[in-house]
Amino acid sequence: MTAVSRRAFVTVLAAAGGGLLLGYRLGDRERVASTAGIASASAATPEGFAPNAFIRIAPDGGIALIMPQAEMGQGTHTSMAMLLAEELEVAPGQIRLEHAPPDNTLYANALLGEQMTGASSSVRAFYEPLRRAGATARVMLVSAAAASWNADPASCRAQKGAVTHIPTGRTLRYGELAARAAALPVPGKVTLKDPKDFTLIGTPTKRFDTASKVNGTAQYGIDVRVPGMLIATVAASPVLGGKVGAIDDEKAKAIPGVRQIVRLDDVVAVVADHMWAAKQGLAALDIRWDDGPNANVSTADVGKGLAKASETMGVTARKDGDPASALAGASKKLSAVYEAPFLAHATMEPMNCTVHVRSDGCEVWTGSQVLSRAQAAAAKVAGLPLEKVVVHNHFLGGGFGRRLEVDYVTQAVRIAKEVSAPVKVVWTREEDVQHDVYRPYYYDRIAAGLSANGKPVAWAHRIVGPAIIARYLPLAFKDGIDIDAVDGAAQLLYDIPAIQIEHVRHEEPVLNTGFWRGVGVTHNNFVIESFMDELAAASKHDPVAYRRALLKRSPRALAVLNLAAKEAGWGTPMPRGRGRGVALLFSGWGTYLAQVADVELTGTGEVRVRRIVCAVDCGQVVNPDIVKAQIESGVVYGISAALWGEITLKNSRVEQSNFHNYRVLRMNEMPRIDVHLVRSGEAPGGIGEPGTAVTAAALGNAIYAATGKRLRTLPLQPRLAASTER
Amino acid sequence: MELTINGMKREVDVPSDMPLLWVLRDVLGMTGTKFGCGMALCGACTVQLDGRATRSCVTPVSAVTGQAITTVEGIGDTPAGKTVQDAWIALDVPQCGYCQSGQIMSASALLASNAHPSDADIDAAMAGNICRCGTYGRIRAAITRAAQGGRS
Repeated sequence: MTAVSRRAFVTVLAAAGGGLLLGYRLGDRERVASTAGIASASAATPEGFAPNAFIRIAPDGGIALIMPQAEMGQGTHTSMAMLLAEELEVAPGQIRLEHAPPDNTLYANALLGEQMTGASSSVRAFYEPLRRAGATARVMLVSAAAASWNADPASCRAQKGAVTHIPTGRTLRYGELAARAAALPVPGKVTLKDPKDFTLIGTPTKRFDTASKVNGTAQYGIDVRVPGMLIATVAASPVLGGKVGAIDDEKAKAIPGVRQIVRLDDVVAVVADHMWAAKQGLAALDIRWDDGPNANVSTADVGKGLAKASETMGVTARKDGDPASALAGASKKLSAVYEAPFLAHATMEPMNCTVHVRSDGCEVWTGSQVLSRAQAAAAKVAGLPLEKVVVHNHFLGGGFGRRLEVDYVTQAVRIAKEVSAPVKVVWTREEDVQHDVYRPYYYDRIAAGLSANGKPVAWAHRIVGPAIIARYLPLAFKDGIDIDAVDGAAQLLYDIPAIQIEHVRHEEPVLNTGFWRGVGVTHNNFVIESFMDELAAASKHDPVAYRRALLKRSPRALAVLNLAAKEAGWGTPMPRGRGRGVALLFSGWGTYLAQVADVELTGTGEVRVRRIVCAVDCGQVVNPDIVKAQIESGVVYGISAALWGEITLKNSRVEQSNFHNYRVLRMNEMPRIDVHLVRSGEAPGGIGEPGTAVTAAALGNAIYAATGKRLRTLPLQPRLAASTER
Repeated sequence: MELTINGMKREVDVPSDMPLLWVLRDVLGMTGTKFGCGMALCGACTVQLDGRATRSCVTPVSAVTGQAITTVEGIGDTPAGKTVQDAWIALDVPQCGYCQSGQIMSASALLASNAHPSDADIDAAMAGNICRCGTYGRIRAAITRAAQGGRS
């Protein structure tokens, strides 16, 4: 592509206060080449009006909004910008977006305590702070305009990036006011708009990133190009904890374009002029691995370990009433074991990170959900103070929790330390699938007692799996309770007098485990809502009616359940081989969602999802079109995982490697998805993960309705096939 | 070796078995075409060769000399490509966007050869393009919209 234009480069340098330009102005198709990324965020000098870390108005009229949250498809750049623009009184076409630099002080997510994009939290965390940031800037611009006219600020009005003196019609643009506004004190208190006066929030505003994502100009970490850059691809130990043994690299070195073989204790990198040479070099390497202490573990071994752990008491996360005696005294008892497998994220953009380690500093280009962690990881490996490490964020070609980890940053910096040029480390798909930080394998024991009329009187749910929070957010790991492992289970809304929720912590050294689009909730919801269906069936009640009777004290949950049932035509006859399943979501996200899935069993026994209906109450909506898109997205991610998703181990090695054996939903398998939003003035809830979390249970329940087979182990398709063969 | 990319002649000095994907991305710096799987399983690397949707990650560069190579950077200059991009924008199809270059290249090739595709035609043309954000519903709607000249 053409070299960066002089003007674009200057624009990047002018990105004062840190931050790398995304290189797009709304409706602007001009390409800003990635080489512009060389401009160091810290080298830029502030100018114009920057009343806070999110807004910068240049004297030339340029309005830059700095995005604290990473854009990974969830539309956060649009919703964050809408929050700022609503109160700042600028039109979407007037603004330019920038990625925030790493800075936990300026850009921390208040819900998570650091600069982090995850847990469906962006709108919840920034709904008020960004509106306040926008309103503060607006008040100062209005004051500056009023002062220049010797007028009362109350007689002035801000609109579309300008302030007008209403009695005289005089107008000054924000750029013209920048210098004067910058001299004013920042007001301590500002009044936010009444929601009835919103012009952007609540409207289906067009996404700000679409234009660049249809013409190839959107810049992901993998697209970074730095002068003199080499490209590397890697083979890390196929067994976690293993080491590189003997290597024969003669053939690899002979491949044209291969420049260097970097051998570290657990990973080998082939550094080359381009990815093709690097890939060929890697294939030509003969590496002997020392598998270390985790050798020879299979998936069945992991399952056995979890099953054994499930026989021990866990930490109690919730206890209502006296579950033990309520269970003992129940007229009918049911119990079951549910299992959910390891899952890979399989983001479309494989893990990658570009690093230039110099004697006086380190520069990193990547896509991360935790930019400050990426900076800290790079600084640690490079042995440099934080301020010597510049990190540039990019669009993420999928996050789903995978890019909450910085393993790929750490690895790239370790490699780059051995290379005397900037190096882009790109994982192959195989490396990406086999070295993920996986959704844990969970094992759940669940039991309930029913009264004579079939109502549940006791509920005991024991969750066995790792404590990701203990590793990832240790400050949030209190009293031994992993809030994520029990998420959704601890918030059980059903009106049951005796409830016990326990977590048995069981760490699995053979694979790294972490967050995966909903994590705890996603697995818990499958258990809870499948088992609730079992209770309904055992007491011969309709699944929707059975739940309805238990939601008298949860009006928002009841409302979405009723809406989804109505829109899906719940109760109307279905042809043979078809079935409907319902599932209800409640969680720590502050969002209520009910889903009805409609599935068909084909002649070959394949589950075909025909239609998904979702009713959603996520409180105040910022952008309804993005909310719908996120539900659609979450459902598709959930279908892939529920029907087919499974990472298995043989000799401690991940058996799956690419999309042929880690199956995901494709266009020809796409169901119709209908999303119904409930109008609500409640506080905003999270929306990135709920669609995923609720899908497995709805599908399992629909398969039960269609076949009479209750599947308690994910993924559903192979388990259904196995149950049919028996 | 001489390549014709988006109507322009480009001279490259690369191994003959090097997949077109890496020639585009790493030699010519045309990063709009994406790497997803390296095995023609996901479609992220889709380009057009004489108008046919082709997975560039498994196509040796020596096989494409003499053919018109179109990438996402140039597809907007074709009538079908422009209509498809406009429909994608109208319906805000992309989420993370990483697969969308490939989706647009496949959709444009479909519409250039079949102005009014049925749902089955869309399935057949698009099943090779994976989207982990699950934008398939909007992709289908956008193809239909593009086929109707930008309405619907």
